[in-house]
Amino acid sequence: MPTKRASAAPQQLEADQVLSVRGLSIAYSTRRGPVQAVRDVSFDLRRGETLAIIGESGSGKTTLAVSLIRLSPRTAKITKGHILYRKEDETIDVASLGDSDLREFRWSECAMVFQAALNSFNPVISIWEQFLDTARAHGMMDAKHVRSRAGELLGLVNLDPERVLRAFPHELSGGMKQRVLIALSLLLKPSIIILDEPTTALDILTQRAIIDLLRRLREQLGFSMIFISHDLSLAAELADRVLTMYAGTVVERASVKDLFYRPRHPYSMGLLRAVPRVSGALGNVVSIAGSPPDLINLPGGCTYSPRCPFVIDECKLREPDLLAVDTPNHDARCIRWKHVAELVGKEEAVVAEKLGAAT
Amino acid sequence: MTASGDITVAGKPLIELVSVTREFKTPGGAIKAVDRVSLALGQSEAMCLVGESGCGKTTTGRLLAGLLRPTSGQLLFEGKDVWTTKGDELARFRRSVQLVHQDPYASLNPIRTVYQTLSAPLFRHGKARGRRAAIGAATELLQRVGLTPPADFLVKYPHQLSGGQRQRVSIARALSVDPRVIVADEAVSMVDVSIRISLLNLLLALRDEFRVTIVLITHDLAVARYFALRGRIGVMYLGRVVELGTSELVVGDPAHPYSAALVAAIPEADPTLTRSKERVELRSAEVPSLLRLPSGCTFHPRCPLFEEGLCDVQVPELLPIPDGRQVACHVAARERAPAAELLGVR
Amino acid sequence: MSVAALSRPTTRSRITGPLASLLDFLRLLSKKPLGLVGLIGVLFFVVLAFIVPLFVPYQDAVDVTAIYQPPSAAHPLGTDSSGRDVWNQIIHGGRDILLVGFVAGFFSTLIAVTFGSLAAVAGGKVDALISGAADFWLTIPQIPIIVVLGSILKFNSIWIIAALLALLAWAGLLRQVRAQVLSLKERDYIEAARSLDLGLFHIIFKEILPNMRSYIVIHFILAMTAAIYGVAGLTLLGLIPLSGQNWGLMLNYAYVRGALFFKDSLFYILSPVLAITLFQLSLVWLASALEDIFNPRLRSSG
Repeated sequence: MPTKRASAAPQQLEADQVLSVRGLSIAYSTRRGPVQAVRDVSFDLRRGETLAIIGESGSGKTTLAVSLIRLSPRTAKITKGHILYRKEDETIDVASLGDSDLREFRWSECAMVFQAALNSFNPVISIWEQFLDTARAHGMMDAKHVRSRAGELLGLVNLDPERVLRAFPHELSGGMKQRVLIALSLLLKPSIIILDEPTTALDILTQRAIIDLLRRLREQLGFSMIFISHDLSLAAELADRVLTMYAGTVVERASVKDLFYRPRHPYSMGLLRAVPRVSGALGNVVSIAGSPPDLINLPGGCTYSPRCPFVIDECKLREPDLLAVDTPNHDARCIRWKHVAELVGKEEAVVAEKLGAAT
Repeated sequence: MTASGDITVAGKPLIELVSVTREFKTPGGAIKAVDRVSLALGQSEAMCLVGESGCGKTTTGRLLAGLLRPTSGQLLFEGKDVWTTKGDELARFRRSVQLVHQDPYASLNPIRTVYQTLSAPLFRHGKARGRRAAIGAATELLQRVGLTPPADFLVKYPHQLSGGQRQRVSIARALSVDPRVIVADEAVSMVDVSIRISLLNLLLALRDEFRVTIVLITHDLAVARYFALRGRIGVMYLGRVVELGTSELVVGDPAHPYSAALVAAIPEADPTLTRSKERVELRSAEVPSLLRLPSGCTFHPRCPLFEEGLCDVQVPELLPIPDGRQVACHVAARERAPAAELLGVR
Repeated sequence: MSVAALSRPTTRSRITGPLASLLDFLRLLSKKPLGLVGLIGVLFFVVLAFIVPLFVPYQDAVDVTAIYQPPSAAHPLGTDSSGRDVWNQIIHGGRDILLVGFVAGFFSTLIAVTFGSLAAVAGGKVDALISGAADFWLTIPQIPIIVVLGSILKFNSIWIIAALLALLAWAGLLRQVRAQVLSLKERDYIEAARSLDLGLFHIIFKEILPNMRSYIVIHFILAMTAAIYGVAGLTLLGLIPLSGQNWGLMLNYAYVRGALFFKDSLFYILSPVLAITLFQLSLVWLASALEDIFNPRLRSSG
């Protein structure tokens, strides 16, 4: 249940906005103490837009994604903020929905595709029953209708409905399971689909097939997409906009080209430099020094300061705000962004290459 | 540089798989996880084995480390057939080849401190006598793998370390017995993206410093390309090596249609590049089961270069082509051969 | 975890040796109230059975004028069918029971752990032989065997009884230890130990068994409770002609003398039953608290 918070009436969303997360903070309790898993996260999602949330383990990206449909574990609490969703003409705050409204919101407005590699399926029931269960849970009682819809969706994800519906999860390959999960998420025609590491643990060729499939479905059906991944190249493939998360908060928010070619936060820059490429010049590939912070014991000031090459004393005084930087619709949580800009420049080339030439 | 099997320092390979096959019994019947694989590695060579799940790359790594016995074929170490040796000699071989595992959460004993983990092999093999000497040696190992200050790490339990730090401890443990070969099985795939390169750099530095041969097994072509920049890459498909050559050739200009499909399919961390990459369209997305392998070339049902009557009949051998690499493909071998050879025997 | 957090020295890790680990153990146990109660209970009974008798002389004088008396200042738990003090019998009747339980539990665990891990690690013929023996042993009905053996052999020593109970209990535990070791054996760190040629002894005693510490201790405790029930049950049935005094024998006398039929005998009958039950309960509570304490994650995060 949501905790009590200042009930400032949330604003209405504009017509082309489908989701707006404002100042969201989530804490959960662990044996070692309370953890601020998500701190003051804000972003907007437009209709048909794809947003990538990238970050490493412990960045809070999964907690954030799961909280968007309020599927967080019991120990997690939304301590602040709003999750505004525009449903036709009205705006609702997902953070304060009751149980029955939530059930309706999930799946029919916003569906989540979990990692297929994890146990997203009940192993003892067939794929058909998984479809039927999901449909029934959301009020689709007519089995014939569910059957035709399932057939249609499986066809859409390039699977043979006859064969797959009869199968049990263990009879399907990883790629097929991921396709089934995507088809299942589309069952109630949601306007947002959230994908958790959609291609992790899949083989290269399967990964490619899933990426192409998602791109095609998005064009055909026009839904908005949020996916979370540690894989930068997936964001490069699919995203329109990218959020970089570090230590539970958004450190950079930009269009995909700005993020990849003109990053303004040292962490985004570091990540881009840390990933080697297969084609083109290899550039100057370097890891980020140090390790991600302990969420229970966050460093004071900017949480990235202990690993940051641009750090000055002022960085340790207080956590910087998300500041607008030199390119439009682009924010970075860094007081030293101009120095990053100086180093990286504005031209459209991969960061590792630019820095390889510069140093 | 001639056929790539000859890239060795002393002219002779340090460790070599000679036409090794390894079968496993499964409920559905026997499968060949590795089928007649031959690989020769010279001293201080860095090599990458890449491929998708089920291609046999992990089994190949375990065969190299002497952890699995070949069903047929030989494992040679310094020219000697390892599996005919016994007792002390076999133990010495085992120590010479160390494995770094994929999962940093499973590769260290959860109830042993870093000191305990590192000191056990030191004591056992007489490299340290007494606690003081062991602490000294363990400190040196930690320093070598970049865990500083070492004193802080000695008393830690694995769960107090990050994934990257654990992998470094695993590497330090492997180094404690002065190995000649390190087989790193997906050693960076479970580690955070931001620090993968530093682990690869560490392995490469150890290669230069201790002249260790390093075999990195990975599914990630980008990692393979980076790691094998000055070494070779072997691409595996369904238990066989289908292409083997320098990183530049295999990733930059793949000759085998399967390698080409992999390189084309990889998404890149560059929006313009990745969205404009040319695809290699396969004829089928389905990976055949190891229980029912296709006839001839096992890639033929998916292969865009498929030629009926050739690929589905004849098994292509891994043979050198003029640019120095080896490839197991009838069509690629023919296309890339000089015209004279084309008109000759074939 | 940040490097900064890692490099902060913890005072606890500076103290070493048995004292530190005992303190650490008590600190962790204090977070498990039930476990603490268990430990106190166990200690209470150990003191009661082994130390108190040194100061309280055994009274076996019969006093027919004072049979089945209710609790009083002179007799805190009343008197038995011969007018003897029940509290005195409880004090003097614990030693044998506890000893048998401990020794039987210890030996059955020892056999199970040694041969179970040997079978799992060695594999092949050794495994087949040991597992086969355990399977065979498990199919033999235990109570009839004891009855038969009891009528042939003279069990006049608690050590023989302990050995017998241990012999009966090892097989089931052995199979469980073997299964556990088999699964631990597949871990990457065991493979690494093998590659490092650390030797079978190291692999079993330094890598595998310490990981089973909680498992072994808990099974030892449970084997002990089983042995205590075993010895109490056997003496109650009169299958073990033990002389002297123990809680089981008290029940046997109560049964033989027909104390069940006297309504005043409630305290007499209940006392040994309660003594056994409370001791067993303490053991079980302690065992379940130990399970958490042995987890190294919990250890260092306190």
